[in-house]
Amino acid sequence: MTPSAYVLEYHLVNYRRTWRSSVLSSLVLPLLTMLGFGIGVGAYVTGGVGGYSYLEWMVPGLIATTAMQTAIGESTWPVLSSFEWVKVYFAQAAAPLRIGDILGGHLAFMLFRVLLSIAAFLLVAFAFGTLRSAWAVAVPLIALLVGAAVAAPVAAYTASVTSDSYLAILIRFAVLPMSLFSGVFFPIESLPVVLRWVAYVLPLWHGVDLTRAATLGLDPGPGAVWQVLYLVFWCAAGWSLAYWRYQRRLVI
Amino acid sequence: MSYPFRRVEGVNSLIHARGLVKRFGDFTAVDGIDVDVQAGEAFGFLGPNGAGKSSTMRMIGCVSPPTGGVLRILGMDPRRDGPRIRARLGVCPQLDNLDPELTVLENLTTYARFFGIPRKVARARAAELLDFVQLGERAGSKVEPLSGGMKRRLTIARALVNEPDLVLLDEPTTGLDPQARHLVWERLFRLKQQGVTLVLTTHYMDEAEQLCDRLVVMDGGRIVAEGSPRALIDTHSTREVVELRFATDDQGTYAGKLEGIGERIEVLPDRVLLYVSDGDGALAEVHRRSLSPAGSLVRRSSLEDVFLHLTGRTLVD
Amino acid sequence: MLTLALPRRLVSFEGMGRRSAAVAERNVAALKTAYWLVMLGGLLEPVLYLFSIGVGVGALIGEIPLPSGRVVSYAEFVAPAMLASSAMSGALSETTFNFFGKMKFMRLYEGMLATPVRPIEIALGELAWAMARGGIYSAAFLVIMVAMDLTTPARALVSFPATMLVGFAFGALGMTISTLIRGWQDFDMIGAGQFALFLFSGTFVPATAYPEVLRWVVEVTPLYRAVDLIRGISLGSVGVTQLVDVLYLLAMLAVCLVVAGRRMERLLCK
Repeated sequence: MTPSAYVLEYHLVNYRRTWRSSVLSSLVLPLLTMLGFGIGVGAYVTGGVGGYSYLEWMVPGLIATTAMQTAIGESTWPVLSSFEWVKVYFAQAAAPLRIGDILGGHLAFMLFRVLLSIAAFLLVAFAFGTLRSAWAVAVPLIALLVGAAVAAPVAAYTASVTSDSYLAILIRFAVLPMSLFSGVFFPIESLPVVLRWVAYVLPLWHGVDLTRAATLGLDPGPGAVWQVLYLVFWCAAGWSLAYWRYQRRLVI
Repeated sequence: MSYPFRRVEGVNSLIHARGLVKRFGDFTAVDGIDVDVQAGEAFGFLGPNGAGKSSTMRMIGCVSPPTGGVLRILGMDPRRDGPRIRARLGVCPQLDNLDPELTVLENLTTYARFFGIPRKVARARAAELLDFVQLGERAGSKVEPLSGGMKRRLTIARALVNEPDLVLLDEPTTGLDPQARHLVWERLFRLKQQGVTLVLTTHYMDEAEQLCDRLVVMDGGRIVAEGSPRALIDTHSTREVVELRFATDDQGTYAGKLEGIGERIEVLPDRVLLYVSDGDGALAEVHRRSLSPAGSLVRRSSLEDVFLHLTGRTLVD
Repeated sequence: MLTLALPRRLVSFEGMGRRSAAVAERNVAALKTAYWLVMLGGLLEPVLYLFSIGVGVGALIGEIPLPSGRVVSYAEFVAPAMLASSAMSGALSETTFNFFGKMKFMRLYEGMLATPVRPIEIALGELAWAMARGGIYSAAFLVIMVAMDLTTPARALVSFPATMLVGFAFGALGMTISTLIRGWQDFDMIGAGQFALFLFSGTFVPATAYPEVLRWVVEVTPLYRAVDLIRGISLGSVGVTQLVDVLYLLAMLAVCLVVAGRRMERLLCK
């Protein structure tokens, strides 16, 4: 086993204690959103979207949003706590673990959480009959990519702040607008051109688009390769930023 | 800082308790105590953890209603006149509960507002008090980066912001380093000189000897002894103590051979204590009996000896 | 002759207002950059929802029929609901998360209670503070609604006191919840409950769209009453149900305040 696996193991052991409350945020809330918007509001969207019912159309968007939100939930308060309150990182740094092990192990756990909630959501979506293509099996991979693309840079951000007010600011000013304007609830084609480009720059829309292609069995075209590469870029840039911030904070 | 000492008119004891009881469910924290504290006095509650000191202090601070007995603070009834009594108390709790979102100065000024002190007066008084506790230079700093000793001093300053008639200090120096403790003692001593009535709890004997005119020793919710530090030592201990260390695993084997020296012999795992009136004479007697301890020490009896004698050596946690 | 035999501490209002104000004042002193930004974020939230759901999804829906038969644009329908739920969430965030933090984590109230301040005065002071914050949110959102032609200026003016009532009622509810919960872990539950209310209180679709049983459940929840009240005013269709809404919210306010004061006394004055 590599050292980062020991770190992952620590987080998994901890998770045995807290998994119940995480079910709420990572499964129940997305489900409620699906019922409230997909079915409730969807009933009034009589024309459907692009030939699909509103529910079928929005569920992949919700799946990608859930991946993002789970990743962000795990890379904000828990990371801050590991630095500031419980100070787990400092205990780990006192053991023969390197920065990469501590960060890598924790990121691996975050992705594990993403995978878990996406798997559950997929089962529900299947039961509601909103998965229209066998390509839906690719959804967990896309979700992992989206998860890593946001978890790594957000962990870097969290490692740079000392008060959880700044986490609330991130959620309010970045996460919420991104969830609401990344083509989850309505097509981004109806956004003004400037806002549309903001959506293109942020990672979530690419995740939504790829997931939607997978569950509806649309031909993603060659653009999909670029979208994947772009998300990989977010992962790589996020990793190096986070590595740098963790080092600044742990090696003093 | 000059402290305007006010004589409390028409009241003999600032604190008057008879048969005071506090119960939490089945647990009796304070089991019928009688206490009187006079104006200008420094009064101490001594006792191990769980003796009921803090519960007593919370009742005196009018934030914990007594379960039974009589309690009068400044001549008033805490059950009825809570706000009016608290307006004239200064409270320094065991754990600092300073406001982490405010600066050092703001901690004092906002607290003053709870007493209805006008803003201008509050600012002037806060500046004065910060100088008094030697925190003047940290006025604009946040609370969090302050050391334990600084936080304690700030809490003490906060307790003085309403110029109280009675200051309650719950373990004022627990957890502080020696320099910080001495600074706090020195400041409290000055208050005492200015005639402020102090009531404190502690489990440090040196603190009680330094600060208290009069004290009670509490154990298991009851008062087991009362008096001035000197009087307590005279009553419950001898004038001097001889500590002997023998080069053996079982100090007890020497107990028999020491029989008859002094008033009392106490055998501990690492040493033997002889409670005597003349320490040097007793040590000479030990040598005369050709017992040669590896180490010996003659010292004055302290409040610690009284305390351990009255409340036992077993850990209470 | 019948005399008032109530214990004095229950009927003494002397100094109450001043001491409650001092509690609110502490929060003003604690205002720092980060907090301002968090507050601004709270202002932004309903606006973002209004544009995303009201305008964005609204373009897919077009117009929506009210139970009365009248047809309004989807944005007009959603906007007052966003206003009501932002009044709710503003009041709740101040009186649950922040209040609990001050009580258990910072132990601020222990310090305050060593002064003449009483538990009920802390509750009132914190509530007044939450309302000041909520009032700013509501006023700003009403300005946006008028600017987008989703309501008239006169109706917006009448809506404002209604949003304050909603804020007060939910603030008192939040405070009661804070004195009942065990620890931070329960905040997940509060958040989930709040989100469920947000989704299903006639906010995005009329309650009549739900199956009969569900509809009755929805209609007794507090946020539904708040949405109904404010939507009634902003669409200019006030009737008897709005009177029911007001009475409902007033009752909730009174009951919760009494419970919160009592619980605080039990928690802090042991």
